[in-house]
Amino acid sequence: MKEITITVNGTAHTLQVENRLLLVHFIREVLNLTGTHIGCDTSSCGACTILLNGKSVKSCTVLAVQANGKEIQTVEGLAPEGSLHPLQEGFKENHGLHCGFCTPGMMMRASELLQNNPNPTEDEIRWGISGNLCRCTGYNNIVKAIQYAGAKIRGEELPSTEPEFV
Amino acid sequence: MIPAPFEYDAPTTLEEAIGLLQKYGDEAKILSGGHSLIPMMKLRFASPERLIDINGIAGLSHISEENGTVKIGALVREVEAEHSDLLKKHFPIFEDVTHLIADPQVRNMGTLGGNLAHGDAANDHPAVMIALGATVIATGPDGERAIPIDEFFYGFYMTALQHGEILTEIQIPVPPAGTSSAYHKLERKVGDYATAGVAVQLTLDANGVCTAAGIGLTNVNPVPLRAARSEAALIGKTLTTETIAEAAKYASEDCSPSSDLRGSEEYKRDMVAVLVKRMIKKASERILI
Ligand SMILES: Cc1cc2nc3c(=O)[nH]c(=O)nc-3n(C[C@H](O)[C@H](O)[C@H](O)COP(=O)(O)OP(=O)(O)OC[C@H]3O[C@@H](n4cnc5c(N)ncnc54)[C@H](O)[C@@H]3O)c2cc1C
Ligand code: FES
Ligand code: FES
Repeated sequence: MKEITITVNGTAHTLQVENRLLLVHFIREVLNLTGTHIGCDTSSCGACTILLNGKSVKSCTVLAVQANGKEIQTVEGLAPEGSLHPLQEGFKENHGLHCGFCTPGMMMRASELLQNNPNPTEDEIRWGISGNLCRCTGYNNIVKAIQYAGAKIRGEELPSTEPEFV
Repeated sequence: MIPAPFEYDAPTTLEEAIGLLQKYGDEAKILSGGHSLIPMMKLRFASPERLIDINGIAGLSHISEENGTVKIGALVREVEAEHSDLLKKHFPIFEDVTHLIADPQVRNMGTLGGNLAHGDAANDHPAVMIALGATVIATGPDGERAIPIDEFFYGFYMTALQHGEILTEIQIPVPPAGTSSAYHKLERKVGDYATAGVAVQLTLDANGVCTAAGIGLTNVNPVPLRAARSEAALIGKTLTTETIAEAAKYASEDCSPSSDLRGSEEYKRDMVAVLVKRMIKKASERILI
């Protein structure tokens, strides 16, 4: 057991945890923040993606003790209660989700992507989310959602949200 | 999947970390990015009794150039290597390889030191370091030791690192003018380990004669392999189609791939030949630009 302090979505938590506790279990089961999902549990799908000191990581492959003294952001911390982050708005407006299982991880990954590169090309978006699997959407609307969020963050005219039929 | 229980230390100096490694010997394992070790612990392929997390040790995250040598700290993350201007300037191969390692989240955590120390022929940096003629610096109770990359990989998950030693730095000679490099691996999907991978660094003189060549192969041999006969086939020659084909043939003959879910032995040998040809061309085109 080790005492750790982790700041999650702006609130510091000091707790005794077992050394082998995975960060994703700390988030979901100790803090009850169930927006972060567990899909593959083998670092492949990206459903468990969170930001650790601003960098997107797969929290199923990080120990809670490794996050000691660090800051975490989960999907719950993207926007204040009652409002939507541009990414959340983008996913909503562009049907960027069907079942929604991959969505929190997609949005957390996209939030670092847009932080580093506010105006990514389609190719950069597709490479940027290459560690996140979606079994429903076929990705096109996820790409559109991220483009929409980028435009909103840059303060530019928003792209059309009309569905494309191809 | 939850790892077996273990003790956890997070030392803040190298001395402290080395002391802990000496004290606990075989029971302890170093934790860097954790992206090879933690998956193995979750699957219970590895159950170390103690993890020594070296991420809190300062001075292991530099990328610098000194007296004709580029020095890369063991804790440099893939993402940092991907965006380093110094590495881009001397070694375009780093942009090739980092793009092909796993995915952005894994690259935010995985370290270059861990990628080598893991001793896995499926990892991509070993072949790159072979092509670049790197030296691995290990720090232990008796101080630093320089290990040439050709003496570093021993066997399946085995390296020349001894108990009590930490891989602290990777050193790569700055190549002469007229040099460039390239890497590619065949993968079934993004994030997959290589079906076959080839790293090439070449130096050409003003007449287009090859004066130095480094060629490393990924995941087609029990240990990361230097394609020595291929290198020799290029040196002293201009890179004609015949010369390149000869080098490719030697690499495909000298590796020892196993048939598995990524392909048959025969297929992998063929792919090695194709990739050797392509990477020689790519590296040499980069020189002419
Ligand atoms: C989904 C996924 C896909 C991946 N795909 C690829 C890929 O395509 N290509 C590729 O090359 N890799 C791939 N990897 C592996 C990844 O790059 C790892 O991060 C890397 O192999 C190990 O680096 P690490 O810092 O995470 O090391 P760790 O997991 O922390 O350590 C690995 C081993 O090395 C030892 N070790 C670590 N650092 C040191 C040190 N400084 N001194 C001595 N011993 C040390 C540890 O004790 C352990 O035994 C993938 C990983 C995942 C999870
Ligand atoms: S649950 Fe972590 S990557 Fe799939
Ligand atoms: S919306 Fe169902 S997995 Fe992406």
